[in-house]
Amino acid sequence: MSDAPVLRMESVRKTFGGSVVLRDVDLEVAPHTVTALIGASGSGKSTLLRCANLLEDIDDGAIWLDGEEITDPRVDQDAVRRRIGVVFQAYNLFPHMTVLENITLAPRRVHGVPRAKAEAHARELLERLGLVAKADEYPDRLSGGQQQRVAIVRALAVRPRLLLLDEVTAALDPELVGEVLGVVRDLKADGMTMVLATHEMGFAREVADQVCFLDGGVVLERGTAEQVFGDPQQERTRRFLRRIVEAGRL
Amino acid sequence: MTVTEEQSGARDAYVPSPRRLERERYRRTRARRATAVAALSTLVTGVVLYLVVVNAPGWPRTRETFFDAHYAREAFPKVLEGLWLNVRLLLVCGAAVLVLGMLIAIARTLRGPVFFPLRALAAAYTDFFRGLPLIINLMIVVLGVPALRLQGVTVDPVLLGGTALTLTYSAYVAEVFRAGIESVHPSQRAAARSLGLTNRQALRHVVLPQAVRRQVPPLLNDLVSLQKDTGLVSIGGAIDAVRAADIIVGRSLNYTPYIVAGLVFVALTIPMTRFTDWVTARMDRRRAQGGAL
Repeated sequence: MSDAPVLRMESVRKTFGGSVVLRDVDLEVAPHTVTALIGASGSGKSTLLRCANLLEDIDDGAIWLDGEEITDPRVDQDAVRRRIGVVFQAYNLFPHMTVLENITLAPRRVHGVPRAKAEAHARELLERLGLVAKADEYPDRLSGGQQQRVAIVRALAVRPRLLLLDEVTAALDPELVGEVLGVVRDLKADGMTMVLATHEMGFAREVADQVCFLDGGVVLERGTAEQVFGDPQQERTRRFLRRIVEAGRL
Repeated sequence: MTVTEEQSGARDAYVPSPRRLERERYRRTRARRATAVAALSTLVTGVVLYLVVVNAPGWPRTRETFFDAHYAREAFPKVLEGLWLNVRLLLVCGAAVLVLGMLIAIARTLRGPVFFPLRALAAAYTDFFRGLPLIINLMIVVLGVPALRLQGVTVDPVLLGGTALTLTYSAYVAEVFRAGIESVHPSQRAAARSLGLTNRQALRHVVLPQAVRRQVPPLLNDLVSLQKDTGLVSIGGAIDAVRAADIIVGRSLNYTPYIVAGLVFVALTIPMTRFTDWVTARMDRRRAQGGAL
């Protein structure tokens, strides 16, 4: 974990209209580690991920990917996004394309991979997630858990350096959460570098190497999962975790 | 749900309960009564309309000038001949309108300061041609352009009329496409961009296919409208179905040929409107099944 960080954020500030969504956020993500962002809705977790992928322009501060400053306006944003995979809460699969077409779109159109090769790779990934039978289905024929796993495969198909997961289980029925979390667990075992915003505290505690508690756009507390969940230093963190426990989610 | 469906699914022999049989009997009676009421009310309405028209003080003269079998027979082949021009105009203009409308719609959705002139031009175009009455547009193009006596510019009323139709309908179709583009949820574009697709690739592979699919019913609607408006090229003297009727009317002072031409247009648009209904219904069904999005 002494390697240079894959993702680094320094003093990132983001406002929407008048309200400050991210304030002075610093973050370092080492290669092959998992960082979990926790915090109440509206605390800035999703915005942080969108900023890291340049889907939102930041107001101040800087973000580096593999040592290159990606918030420099001279940087080719499309090239940066090619190195980062994103999985959204609402899956955002393309409804007019089959599962296979969803997955091979970016490899073929962006990376110029020949169709046969892109499809072979896609089927291989689907096979690993037990979804190869669904390759020619349209997304609306799949369950939520299946759709989200396809979305993960789609993000992985471009062999990203970093995977951002934005509350990927929040839209799922409880019995489908497990299958998606299982995939994330496997990705960690494969050494994928990931940042995930999540409400699944038990899962965050299990897989995360680093946990950041966001509150009002500020990283209020950070540390290993054991430190943040086991011995939170901030009163607000304690209160947040207490509420989660009371809700039966930890 | 029918009885056979349930039986095929169930292992034990299912016997419909008397309660169910009684309900089905009641529903059948109700359905039969509804059909009878609909038939009767249609008949009554038809008879009343017929009596009102036939007893109108001017009916005998109207029948003579509008519904004369002799002139109908004379006009029908000529009108059909002219209709071939309308059909060709529809095909050519329809294709041109779809292409031009799409280009204008895309121009209107382009972001970035470089595209400001293009965006403004496209907006001005749609504003202007949607506001300009088609008949005035036609007269300006069909009569005004030849008056300029430009070298190498056509004075053919068919070509000029087709151009005028294309100008107006492109504005309408552009708005249909634009509405479609804007109806695609921004998260789809975000998903495409996050995969590294450029703005153009996201538009081409993700946004436009969904936009076009969604707008098929309103597009077909505009094409039906274009189909009948091809009749307006007759004002420039092009011999289409309307003009063919016009010629006979001018000679005979009997209006029956207009009725013939009108009915022929209706007959031509009916398959298209039915097709539109069918496509819309099919898409609604698909959406209802899909549920998501």
